[in-house]
Amino acid sequence: MSARLRVLELERRARPSAVMRIASPLLAAAAMLATGFVVFLLLGKDPAEAFYVFFIKPVANRYGVGELLLKATPLALCALGLAVGFRANVWNIGAEGQLTMGAIAGSGVALYLGPTEAAWVLPLMLLAGVLGGMAWAAIPAFLRTRFHTSEILVTLMLVYIAQLFLSYLVHGAWRDPAGYNFPQSRAFTEAETLPLLLEGSRVTIAAVFAVALAAASWFFSQKTFAGFRMQVAGLAPAAAAYAGFSEKRNIWLALLLSGATAGLAGISEVAGPIGQLQPTVSPGYGFAAIIVAFVGRLHPLGIILASLLMSLLYLGGESAQMQMSLPSAVTGLFQGVLLFYLLAADLFINFSLRRGPRRATDDEDDAYTPEDESETEIGGVPVSAPTLAPGKLT
Amino acid sequence: MSDTPSTLSLASTPPRLALRGIRKSYPTVVANDGIDLIVQPGEIHAVLGENGAGKSTLMKIIYGVIKPDAGSVLWEGRHARIASPAEARKLGIGMVFQHFALFDTLTVVENILIALDDDMPSAALARRISEVSTRYGLPIDPKRLVHSMSVGERQRVEIVRCLLQEPKLLIMDEPTSVLTPQAVQTLFQTLRRLASEGCSILYISHKLDEIRALCDTATVLRAGKVTGTADPRRETSDSLARMMIGSELATCRLEARQPGAVRLGVEALTLSTLDPFGTALHDITLEVRAGEILGIAGVSGNGQKELLAALSGESTSDDAGAIVIDGAPAGTLNPAQRRRLGLAFVPEERLGRGAVPPMSLAENALLTGSAKGMVHKGLVRSRVARGFAQAVIERFKVKCGGPAAAAQSLSGGNLQKYIVGRETLLEPKLMIVAQPTWGVDVGASLLIHQALIDLRNRGVALLVVSEELDELFEISDRIAVLAQGRLSPSRRPAETSIEEIGRWMSGDFPALATAHERETARA
Repeated sequence: MSARLRVLELERRARPSAVMRIASPLLAAAAMLATGFVVFLLLGKDPAEAFYVFFIKPVANRYGVGELLLKATPLALCALGLAVGFRANVWNIGAEGQLTMGAIAGSGVALYLGPTEAAWVLPLMLLAGVLGGMAWAAIPAFLRTRFHTSEILVTLMLVYIAQLFLSYLVHGAWRDPAGYNFPQSRAFTEAETLPLLLEGSRVTIAAVFAVALAAASWFFSQKTFAGFRMQVAGLAPAAAAYAGFSEKRNIWLALLLSGATAGLAGISEVAGPIGQLQPTVSPGYGFAAIIVAFVGRLHPLGIILASLLMSLLYLGGESAQMQMSLPSAVTGLFQGVLLFYLLAADLFINFSLRRGPRRATDDEDDAYTPEDESETEIGGVPVSAPTLAPGKLT
Repeated sequence: MSDTPSTLSLASTPPRLALRGIRKSYPTVVANDGIDLIVQPGEIHAVLGENGAGKSTLMKIIYGVIKPDAGSVLWEGRHARIASPAEARKLGIGMVFQHFALFDTLTVVENILIALDDDMPSAALARRISEVSTRYGLPIDPKRLVHSMSVGERQRVEIVRCLLQEPKLLIMDEPTSVLTPQAVQTLFQTLRRLASEGCSILYISHKLDEIRALCDTATVLRAGKVTGTADPRRETSDSLARMMIGSELATCRLEARQPGAVRLGVEALTLSTLDPFGTALHDITLEVRAGEILGIAGVSGNGQKELLAALSGESTSDDAGAIVIDGAPAGTLNPAQRRRLGLAFVPEERLGRGAVPPMSLAENALLTGSAKGMVHKGLVRSRVARGFAQAVIERFKVKCGGPAAAAQSLSGGNLQKYIVGRETLLEPKLMIVAQPTWGVDVGASLLIHQALIDLRNRGVALLVVSEELDELFEISDRIAVLAQGRLSPSRRPAETSIEEIGRWMSGDFPALATAHERETARA
């Protein structure tokens, strides 16, 4: 009877921990850094230098800060829209495609009506960008509400269609005749480009859109009845049906909203830092925005902060690539690891660790222990009884 | 334990199960506080107590689901360490849970196969299931998928699953709530036969009559402690209730009242079902008038779910006139539109349907109360919602941490009081209530019954669907039975009996005039 182990057990908290809800992304970020430390060591790089190059150097000057905001903007725009749907159990994972369609639609306005220096062209481009994203998101909304198709698959597949469509346009109809056969459109005029926010940087006023949208998104989810209905649909679909909230309306609203913000992000990129339509208008902002939405707890303020962190990962990856000849995959690795740790740390919102109880019968010599199953006991099942009870599944 | 039948417990035999000083505490509550319990071989031992008294926790400790913080368990005189349900089953302990532990997407055989500790070919197992289920009067089709089964049918699967393992101790957690009176009698015969074969039974319930009819010994729990051990056959319901709730058992009174205008009319409602195992509704005709309560009895799975969905608007009919609410054709309207006609609805599932679990009570007021000034030009007025929630909490004595408390933090009884209260304060003309007191303690049941009767006395029309016949006899002006998707004629409680209603519950009742006959009679 020497194996008197007091194993750690998970115990369901009486109520979800508010502290852990906020601490969990921080824990995840810390664990990501620790993993990065090990990865840098294994790659034979000095971790201290790598960290400096990755996380500090990119934002050490004014231009760097500008780049940080520049990359955070499309991430925040997409994530804010996605979060509205995620809260309502509508899983749009195709923001990348809606972003691309937004870029195409907005550019189309400029290419067909311009080149012009008229002031009306830019609002029209932005509007077209928003509508393009919405139209692309309307396809999965229609298919889901009409035929019960999975919006997860449809939105994802539409990403590739959008990208191929863009590629077709820049290689064909929209190619700049004076562009030495490069697959790209003509460059946009100054009137067709978003004004800069900071002199000496590339940040445009799209960053202001993102902040305004965060405020609007907070207002929508906290103060409007439509926001409440979507929240109910996400938390308890049966309760939404019971209360008579239309499921179709929620799906349409969620997809159109997220399509609109992704479209805005798309046109803001081409009418901003890129300045023309190219075969690739996004390094995966639409996908990274999914991580941003979750790391930001689906909360507008959290999303703004998370988009800055994710933007830093992009910048750090580029910087590490250039200065330490690390592979570009390091950025993706950090992104994935961050989400991975976040999901793990989220367990502690609803559960706490505690030492297992000392068995009263451990002291008895005639303790009855069925032989073949005792190892599960000594090994300590790391899952608490409430989660084990399969009653949850019925 | 001198009350135990002497033929079964010889002085030399150790008790089948003995618990000493069992204690289990949770972050917010001490569920079991120094509990002693002794069960003899072949004894039917009741564990009696209100919801929240700690019965279920104690049973889960015995079955190895939960580990106690302190105390010891003796199995046939030897110290036992039951670390998992598998070990409990190995000892010979079987348990039928109150909330069923079945996988929805699997068939009956597959579910039982998973729970079996030894392998067995599924064809042979299916035969065994059919055998055992017919032998004990619990008919089930082994090949059916669980998600299509009613609560009552799922329970049968649970019971059969335990019986297959020939247990020495069978724990039954509130088993009769989903059975017809006749089926309860069959179950009692089953349990008595099992007991006479030497199997001990721990019978958990808050139904005093059943315990007095069935059990040899009763251990009464209140707030985690044992408040008494008694021979239930020598006790009265009142004396048991005193041990259980610390006061007398009160009942509601229904004063005779002349019903008013028809508030709910259902005319020849026939609804097929897309679910291959659902119950189609055939030619349902009923009316409920202002100031009366129509009780609908029947075992779950006989069309209750479908009828309630058809009435609430969660499923709609093509025929607008099939359902008339307060004079307006409503068959094609959705739940929100029907609410605007004056319908309120208390569903069977409280968490997840009647209330959003992680949302506050104030937000849950908004779920159905948006018309009560909580929404203005599309914006939520949280102050109004909080005030409404506070009013419900006060008027219905809901024990909770205030309007900001999450719905999931409330006990089942308190949440049900909150939902009934919310729907009541919406001032409906017609209220539909499903299983008003399922799993609710005696005190809360009484309050809920009284609330329903008060609504009736204020001129609201009520339709109550329940599996508890005692309840329907207590609060209904008329009782009808839903069996196999058909509705029986209605009877006043004084003009019928539990036996007649019980017989009707198996589908054996005089046919209502069909729609065609009614039309010819009218012409």
